[in-house]
Amino acid sequence: MTVLLETRNLIKHFRGVEAVNGIDLALPAGRCFGLLGPNGAGKTTTVELLEGIQEPTSGLIRYRGEPLGPRFRQDVGIMFQSTALQDHVTGRENLRMFASFYQRILPLAELIEACALGEFLDRDTRKLSGGQRQRLLLAIALVNDPELLFLDEPTTGLDPQARRNFWELIHRIKARGKTILLTTHYMEEAYHLCDEIAIMDHGRIIAQGAPRELLAAHFDDVVLQLPLADFPEPAPPLALTLMRSQDAVEILTRDVNAAIRELLAWNISLARLQIRPRTLEDLFLELTGRGLRG
Amino acid sequence: MNFKRFWAVFVCRNWEFLRDRSTLTWNFLFPLSLIAGFAVAFSGPGLALYKVGVLGDAAGGGESTFFQARHVRFIPVADLSVALPKVERHQLDMLIDPAGRRYWINDESPKGYVLERVLRGSDAPATFAKQTVSGRAIRYVDWIAPGILAMNMMFSCLFGVGYVIVRYRKSGMLKRLKATPLTPLEFLSAQVVSRLWLILATTALVFAGTDGVIGFPMHGSYLDLGIVFLVGAISLISLGLIVAARTTSEEVAAGVLNLLSWPMTFLSGVWFSLEGVHPVLQQCAQLAPLTHIIDAARAIMIDGAGLAAISGHLLALSAMSVGFMVVGAWLFRWE
Repeated sequence: MTVLLETRNLIKHFRGVEAVNGIDLALPAGRCFGLLGPNGAGKTTTVELLEGIQEPTSGLIRYRGEPLGPRFRQDVGIMFQSTALQDHVTGRENLRMFASFYQRILPLAELIEACALGEFLDRDTRKLSGGQRQRLLLAIALVNDPELLFLDEPTTGLDPQARRNFWELIHRIKARGKTILLTTHYMEEAYHLCDEIAIMDHGRIIAQGAPRELLAAHFDDVVLQLPLADFPEPAPPLALTLMRSQDAVEILTRDVNAAIRELLAWNISLARLQIRPRTLEDLFLELTGRGLRG
Repeated sequence: MNFKRFWAVFVCRNWEFLRDRSTLTWNFLFPLSLIAGFAVAFSGPGLALYKVGVLGDAAGGGESTFFQARHVRFIPVADLSVALPKVERHQLDMLIDPAGRRYWINDESPKGYVLERVLRGSDAPATFAKQTVSGRAIRYVDWIAPGILAMNMMFSCLFGVGYVIVRYRKSGMLKRLKATPLTPLEFLSAQVVSRLWLILATTALVFAGTDGVIGFPMHGSYLDLGIVFLVGAISLISLGLIVAARTTSEEVAAGVLNLLSWPMTFLSGVWFSLEGVHPVLQQCAQLAPLTHIIDAARAIMIDGAGLAAISGHLLALSAMSVGFMVVGAWLFRWE
């Protein structure tokens, strides 16, 4: 598989802070690659190095085997987490301005339809809702029909409906064979969209692979979740691994039947029992001892 | 330099300015209200600071108590031909020749009027003969209007480019543009050209509007005046670019821009002439683009000077523009 973007021993230091500490990555063409990590893990710096926004302290970044240059600028689309657009300028005028920067562009009508911009295209960008704004920013990122699309926490701040709609758009982009680098705090998002993920902490990649493979490699148990109110206090001497959170008790087990039998034996109500598989959030906690939102 | 990319940024910047009603209105209202205010305020008496040029030696005035008057600065002048135009242009409120027992005032000058009353009320009333400056006696508002137009241009250039670019940087817009093929040269050129034509257009409209109501003297060429404002605007925008080159905080940018604009306003002779101020300050004033714009504009409007006569000012403004642009472009960072 063709590697579109790769790094070797990428390092970035800021005034004594080691933000990125020797990262080796290879983004295969046509895949969606997720970069996950808590705040301060170094993922934004890493992405900005890959986008060419920042210069690395040392290490190599290659796009199609060459240093980042004019061709890279023409080929990539970027959607930052928060980008201000010019005040008093409409979505259509913004699209036209960005379109004029590139040699190859998508027909604007196609873009407008794909990102569902029609209803607010001629509205001042100051008057857009969060979801509308993100769709416009995505359209701007797609205006040059990019080979490589950077999406930096694209759904942060969106309501669940808007987030689902946004995922649909990403699925359509993926279906066109585009390569995507996505950063997100939402594990569900990474799980749904990414073919491969890398988890970062302290400026290093601590785990990398397909989401299912990573989970399978690290976990062979499931989580039984009970509301805290349904769990007796003090806790009975169960032969199970228990974890308490603010409002729930989680039981980790490889044998669900045996665990349920033991809970019933202690007359614990299972009316509100939930069984869930291990998630990327669990994986991150397992690997770093920290939550993904830092 | 890709013209298509330059033009796209230029057009969007124009829309942003023209659709921002409050900024646009302010750009017109500020100079209009100042000029109108001065036209009304200085049509009557009421000034407190006076400058009297004394030809030759003030001691020639003998025992006259006029020379002991408080709140009057007596400035020795050597040459009558140099001093008289200063009375015409309100740089001196009165010129007195103690040896010749005569004095000159500008009949349009409220300060001159007051000084004349003071002189007549002193103990040597009949010995000084009144001479009115000939030809181009101008009103105070005629003298101050070029300064207000230039000052408005300065604020618009410095804040309209310097502050706006810092706002773009802080909001992340520059970072987004950096991620495109747009070059800093294309972006900065679009900002400069957009602000340049907008400020020249608003200045022309304000000039025409106030001229229609108040009626300025115009003894020189409108084209020459346009050239002065064009070169002056370029120099001020270039100065704004230096402030905008790296600053990331709007508060810091506003502070630096105020630090530049207010001393420039006071030193450049917008409100009062620099006659009689310390020579060091007069030299410092020559470092400010606004001084050259105002001096050149007044020379054209009031004295009918041509381009040759103001070439020194144009040269200074051009040199400053080149210097500021080179430094600004060298310092500029997207982030």
